[in-house]
Amino acid sequence: MEPKKIRGSFLERNLHIIFPMPAVIFVVVMMFFPVLYTFFLSFTNWNLTSGMPLSIVMLRSYQRILREPRFLAALGRTFSFTALAVSVETILGMIIALILNREFKGKGLTKLIMLLPLVSTPVAIGIAWNLFYDPTIGLANFVLTRLGLPKQAWTGSSSTVIPSLALVDIWQWTPMIALILLSGLASLSNEPYESARVDGATEWQIFWRITLPMVTPTLLTALILRSIDALKTFDIIYAMTGGGPGYSSETLNIMAFKYSFEYFRMGQASVILVFLFLLVLIMSLLIVRMRKSLEL
Amino acid sequence: MRISWIKKGLFFVLVLAIVIPVLFPLLWMLASSFKTQVDIVAWPPRLVFTPTLQNYERVFREQNFLKYFINSSIVGISAVAFSLIMGLPAAYSIARFKQKRLSIFILVARLMPGISFLMPWYIIFSRLKLMDSYVALILSHMLITLPIIVWIMSSYFETIPIEMEESAMVDGATRQRAFLSVVLPIAGPGIVTSVTLSFIFSWNNFMFSQVLSMEKTKTLPIAIYNFVSYAEVDWGAVMAAAVAIMAPAIILTMIFQKYVVKGLTMGAVKG
Repeated sequence: MEPKKIRGSFLERNLHIIFPMPAVIFVVVMMFFPVLYTFFLSFTNWNLTSGMPLSIVMLRSYQRILREPRFLAALGRTFSFTALAVSVETILGMIIALILNREFKGKGLTKLIMLLPLVSTPVAIGIAWNLFYDPTIGLANFVLTRLGLPKQAWTGSSSTVIPSLALVDIWQWTPMIALILLSGLASLSNEPYESARVDGATEWQIFWRITLPMVTPTLLTALILRSIDALKTFDIIYAMTGGGPGYSSETLNIMAFKYSFEYFRMGQASVILVFLFLLVLIMSLLIVRMRKSLEL
Repeated sequence: MRISWIKKGLFFVLVLAIVIPVLFPLLWMLASSFKTQVDIVAWPPRLVFTPTLQNYERVFREQNFLKYFINSSIVGISAVAFSLIMGLPAAYSIARFKQKRLSIFILVARLMPGISFLMPWYIIFSRLKLMDSYVALILSHMLITLPIIVWIMSSYFETIPIEMEESAMVDGATRQRAFLSVVLPIAGPGIVTSVTLSFIFSWNNFMFSQVLSMEKTKTLPIAIYNFVSYAEVDWGAVMAAAVAIMAPAIILTMIFQKYVVKGLTMGAVKG
């Protein structure tokens, strides 16, 4: 395809600038500037409720937040929630994709059912799971007692709240990982499998030596995308526990939200946001890098 | 013969073991929405009960859910429409002029945590007296819908052979003319995918509306959240509200199943 002859009107000659312009301006104005403003605010001690004008305190808000045990706990929790949810989702998603990767009657219906959790409204899902987890009338404890196990407090206790919330995330997002891997598996060529079978390889060897390496690029992209979304999980946690009991399910996102819109400590909230932002940015760069090296 | 039957049966059991856990919470929600409060709080939980419509009546008559339904629709449809107008040319440009950096820029926009720009918006929109306005909500939801549309459409445009436009341009059409009258008409499936997904993610969004809307522009996710926070939980009505709010997204998914799978597996997930 040789490049087009330059010709035509101003619009046509500059189409590659004019066409994306509105979208770029929109994103810059609505996202880029606000993020810069947040950076600026993180160097102030602005508090909306105090009525005092904002004053620049440089790194003092950072010092305060970094020494805040609540922040460090939230940071750790954000990671442990993400690690727990995403690792289970990946393993389960892989298993499900391997099972479903063949032709069978009802495959379309199975895929449709797997789509439902991820298009469901997270707030509504969270509330429905609260009904399951309800210690006195919930189905979760009914199942446990039937199995002869002791009842649990689920989201009601600081020791079980994170796994309980992660379970909801796992329910909602495992199908997505499975669907992505399924389409990755479907695009693999048959040749290496056939020759491996001719050579008498076991199914287990075939999985580790052929399937896994070939599906790794898809798997990694899905994994990082999912991790970024898990780091930002808000709706489910906010709707189910609001960060409680105490602060025991408070992640960075929830903490930043409370600092901004409940305590109106904008300066300190901005510091938390900068950390969350950097975390997501690092993960995003990882994706971009990987896409480049894998030429996706 | 026998072994293949056992194999088939075993596979069927495996598929059920996948499908049932996925489906069960949704079905339980649906069942609970037809239960009376007495049936819901019964221990052990009841599988057999006399269904009632009173929960739905309460939700739509007393809680004014219809209004929130309309609000969510106004915000979702407008955000998607404006994003299409801005996003389609941008996606076309990314696809045809190989603007890698621009596509990364859009990817980053999709990945950024919403709250890192929500706080500044809150300050700016209050200064501009735009709190609780459709303008503020639509603008904020466009940051969900626009990246999804650009992301999906740029890879879709890449699959359209460039010869289509070239032959039109040989016949004297300008490139923008070719885009409008040759490319867009055959981009239908891609547009359906991106519109469906971006609408669903706007519909489901909670955080933006929680901060930027109040009584006038309140959307469904906020309505259902407030519904729970008030007083004692009326589980039946809450479940009816949950079913009502999820129904449109689920129906859209059923209609456009093929497209939704494609869109999601392209990596464009969640706002």
